[in-house]
Amino acid sequence: MAAKQVNPTRMELTRLKKKLATAVRGHKLLKDKRDELMRQFLDLVRENMELREKVEAGIKEANKNFVIAKAAMSEQELHSALIAPKQEVYLETSKRNVMSVDIPVFEYKTRTADENDIYSYGFAFTSSDLDGAVKSLSDKLPDMLRLAEIEKACQLMASEIEKTRRRVNALEHVIIPETRQNIKYITMKLDENERSTQIRLMKVKDMMLEETHHYKEKMFNVEEA
Amino acid sequence: MYKIAVIGDYDSIYGFAALGLDTFPVSDLEAAEKLFQKLVMGEYAVIYITESLAEKLSRIIAKYKEQVTPSIILIPGISGNTGKGIEGVKKCVEQAVGSDILFSN
Repeated sequence: MAAKQVNPTRMELTRLKKKLATAVRGHKLLKDKRDELMRQFLDLVRENMELREKVEAGIKEANKNFVIAKAAMSEQELHSALIAPKQEVYLETSKRNVMSVDIPVFEYKTRTADENDIYSYGFAFTSSDLDGAVKSLSDKLPDMLRLAEIEKACQLMASEIEKTRRRVNALEHVIIPETRQNIKYITMKLDENERSTQIRLMKVKDMMLEETHHYKEKMFNVEEA
Repeated sequence: MYKIAVIGDYDSIYGFAALGLDTFPVSDLEAAEKLFQKLVMGEYAVIYITESLAEKLSRIIAKYKEQVTPSIILIPGISGNTGKGIEGVKKCVEQAVGSDILFSN
């Protein structure tokens, strides 16, 4: 049953047919998009989980090292050792387009060329545990940045997949069947009209013939004879 | 040119300062909220936030989930891992697929 009133006209029929063609084509494209997004998303999210576990373990380890370092030094010494960092990290961001989803790409630059140049303090007054702690954390930095990139990409792709899925479902289960129904309704209505016109014409023709040639009377005469 | 920020309680994040990340120690929630808003508007492309603080700011963080930058990443604090970060990834799968088919066991 058509949900709303449609005009059973030829123009409406053409319009609906065009709409159906577009909807079917859009449905196919969106479905392809969803499948491809899903494929890439699943790969990405697996990597995301792996990286996250790695980074969390790494940070936990580094935190442990920092606690040990802190135990061996006074708080003030620790503060002053880390207060003026030598190294600085800059990010260059760009976007990559994956199936119409913009995902970020980070490229990081350190201020000093040597990546191991991370100790912002003299070695005289700090414990060697601090060196180890800083090093362990710095080793995790590339992974952390990669995680930032991937996790963001996953979030963006997830919301895009959700949107696309809804569109596909709306087209598949609502728009396309409804349009088909309407087209059927109009076609039937037009056919019906055509038939009734034809019958009317035949009838009129009969009547006119009868009037001019007196068919009916002749038929009677034949029967009588 | 973007920078990287780290927010959380001081003990959890002071180490990151040595790597050249900008650290922002916060203790009370209100200040954290304000700081977070400022950082998001600013020049930071990646914001690492401790899981415990993220839990309290989850409402604000959710708003930035669909923007390309900044990327807001949860990290475990010094008091341990709350599993919030892993949960975030699972949520992501759930949103995309409909149910968590990858990491449910």
